[in-house]
Amino acid sequence: MWEEFKKAPLSAWFGMLMILCYLVLMVFADLIAPYSETEVVSFQYAPWSSEFLLGTDNLGRDMLSRLIFAARNTVGIAILTTILAFTLGGALGLLAATIGGWLDQILSRLVEMLMGVPALILALLLLTVFGTGVVSLICVIAVIDATRVYRLTRSVAMNVVVMEFVDAARLRGERMGWIMRREILPNIMPPLVAEFGLRFCFVFLTISALSFLGLGVQPPTADWGSMVRDNATLISFGDITPLLPAAAIGLLTISINFIVDWMLHRTSGLKD
Amino acid sequence: MENLLSIKDLKIEGLSDGKWSEIVHGISLDVKPGEVVGLIGESGAGKSTIGLAAMGYTRDGCRISGGSVNFDGKELTKIDRKPHQDLLGRRIAYVAQSAAASFNPAHKIIDQYTEGPAIHKVMARKQAQLEAIELFETLQLPNPATIGFRYPHQVSGGQLQRAITAMAMSCKPDLIIFDEPTTALDVTTQIEVLAAIRDVVTMLNTAAIYITHDLAVVAQMADRIKVLRRGHEVEEAETKTMLNAPKEEYTKSLWAVRAFKTPAKPKITEGAYPILSVQNVTAAYGTEIVLDDVSFDIHKGRTVAVVGESGSGKSTTAKVITGLLPQKHGKVLYEGALLEASFKTRNQHHLKNIQMIFQMADTALNPRQTIGEIIQRPIEFYLHLSPKAAKERACDILNELELEPSQYLHRSPSELSGGQKQRVGIGRALAAEPQLIICDEVTSALDQLVAEGILKLLDKVQQTFGLSYMFITHDLETVRAISDEVVIMQRGKVVEQGATTSIFSPPNHPYTDLLLSSVPKMNPDWLTQLLKQRAQSTAG
Repeated sequence: MWEEFKKAPLSAWFGMLMILCYLVLMVFADLIAPYSETEVVSFQYAPWSSEFLLGTDNLGRDMLSRLIFAARNTVGIAILTTILAFTLGGALGLLAATIGGWLDQILSRLVEMLMGVPALILALLLLTVFGTGVVSLICVIAVIDATRVYRLTRSVAMNVVVMEFVDAARLRGERMGWIMRREILPNIMPPLVAEFGLRFCFVFLTISALSFLGLGVQPPTADWGSMVRDNATLISFGDITPLLPAAAIGLLTISINFIVDWMLHRTSGLKD
Repeated sequence: MENLLSIKDLKIEGLSDGKWSEIVHGISLDVKPGEVVGLIGESGAGKSTIGLAAMGYTRDGCRISGGSVNFDGKELTKIDRKPHQDLLGRRIAYVAQSAAASFNPAHKIIDQYTEGPAIHKVMARKQAQLEAIELFETLQLPNPATIGFRYPHQVSGGQLQRAITAMAMSCKPDLIIFDEPTTALDVTTQIEVLAAIRDVVTMLNTAAIYITHDLAVVAQMADRIKVLRRGHEVEEAETKTMLNAPKEEYTKSLWAVRAFKTPAKPKITEGAYPILSVQNVTAAYGTEIVLDDVSFDIHKGRTVAVVGESGSGKSTTAKVITGLLPQKHGKVLYEGALLEASFKTRNQHHLKNIQMIFQMADTALNPRQTIGEIIQRPIEFYLHLSPKAAKERACDILNELELEPSQYLHRSPSELSGGQKQRVGIGRALAAEPQLIICDEVTSALDQLVAEGILKLLDKVQQTFGLSYMFITHDLETVRAISDEVVIMQRGKVVEQGATTSIFSPPNHPYTDLLLSSVPKMNPDWLTQLLKQRAQSTAG
């Protein structure tokens, strides 16, 4: 394992270092942040100073503290959503590939229907119906992203299902669950892990986009997407503060992609 | 006479894990104009690599690191791109193992044929087409005037292999390299291709390098034989000398492979229950009937070989017996009791007692499980032993397979050779402690020496545990070596069945005769005599 890490390219190392920083921020947010998440500590749009390192926002809350707390909220929700999407989409995809027949037909057509509507529009629609809250946000995005996971899982599992070792397990009389978990799943893990990284980025971006539109994480909870929207006016005064949450999103996305690229390269077996 | 091709002390390196290591260690080879040289050896001997190097070419990840390849005065290891391109296809041609994979499926055969002559400006496309038709006729392809205008998927494998031979001849090259051109074909088709290749090579007086692992085939084709092993030359001699008096131990062991024969078993006692009885089984994929009224019995402790060419329904029979493909009509009895048509509804007793060993050990073993896991699972599943007891049992089985448990228990299948993988496949079947094992072409993907080892192992295991085998194969030599009874199938029907000794002695069903006479013999005049015989019998 360590040997593999040592061979990782510089970009992957950069990604891992950044993610480590984000994790530290998430876990120790209470200790690191100078002020609380929601407390109004100053007047509106205070400039950068020794007291408020990155100034304050449209209500006079400390920008740096909110940036740190938002890591916990946004990234936490994104991880939860991605895990949910993978459990749902992965399980159904495996089931469809292993059992096939009418179950595969029904699931696949259903998924295609969901995929036929643009993801953001569908999310907006569902959130308007179910109301905006963290739980419904997670569920809606998880279901939408599960369709993509389903498609990937089903297609890679299809290639494994036709292998003779799966026939051998079937002829042994193994249960469906055992065949899926022990014979098929280990063989499709590499593409799924890579997809997990990418999917996490998309989920994350969707949440930020929804928050920016006002349907994602609700105030006063700190969130990078809504922080950009709330402070957007500052841009016209030449202040780069509203770009900082956007940069946080960008940096995390790039870091994850660096790692995923490395993992994909490793599992594809390509020589440099 | 001067050499057409002269390879001197050729060394080739291959890239593995980022390091270059030598895979061909100083091979020398001369080919005179019009001469056919056979290269034989097991897989990994470097035959194909040398064959390609004779054209001054190496595969990706390989490089020529020393020695010289001299073709008609030109040094191919140092030749420039342009003159090299002028040589390839025009003066040196290559025929690959799988014609189906070598033809471009999107173009008609004739268009691919005429490409070489047109590119090398040997003749115009129109004239090349006319010559193609002539050549197709010489190669005895059906409808020579029109067959070229079909797409590759519209002709059979044997015809395609002849078409690609014709294509190699299109520029009348001085040297052709044949890389296992008949390995993927059935015995009856193989003869047509062999005869065709020999005819054109003699007709146009072309020199050839003939690469194969099949000794009997090379005996028909080559004037001279060179035996290779792991990139080294073992020995080289004229074909007749080589066959009659091989010098090296390794060559002798290759020659002796086909001598293995299991001792005859006692007669079946009258009225004994067969362990498995297939009765009037008909099966179909959709509406396409693939098995038609098939019946045979397998008795305890005996080996029944099911023989036939590809498409004869051998493997489908196995699928019906295992329950992967439920039959339309007829029934399968196990120890006199009816077997459920689908494996899904069979009880554990039946599932346990009928095990299967697959043809491709590569896809039959889960690459993400260790050898220990693969063998232990059936033990835990059927015999309900504790993990510790199951592990002990797995070690016993590995010992039985002549694989040292401490070394192999924790390895993954990718760390094993082809023969070792097949042994693990046998081990997984044995772990269930079955009564009947279905062996589906278990040796056809293996080298002859390795295959012989597997056959001996199967024979030993049969005697130890009193197993019955249903042995599916297209190789009649294997049948002769291990089976007690033979079932010969053609197009989904049983043509003939009986004890091995009686099947292998006349009189026989005409199809059995055809199959038997098509197996290449080590006698270098076999092909000539056979063709003469067949010509006479059709004329008479």
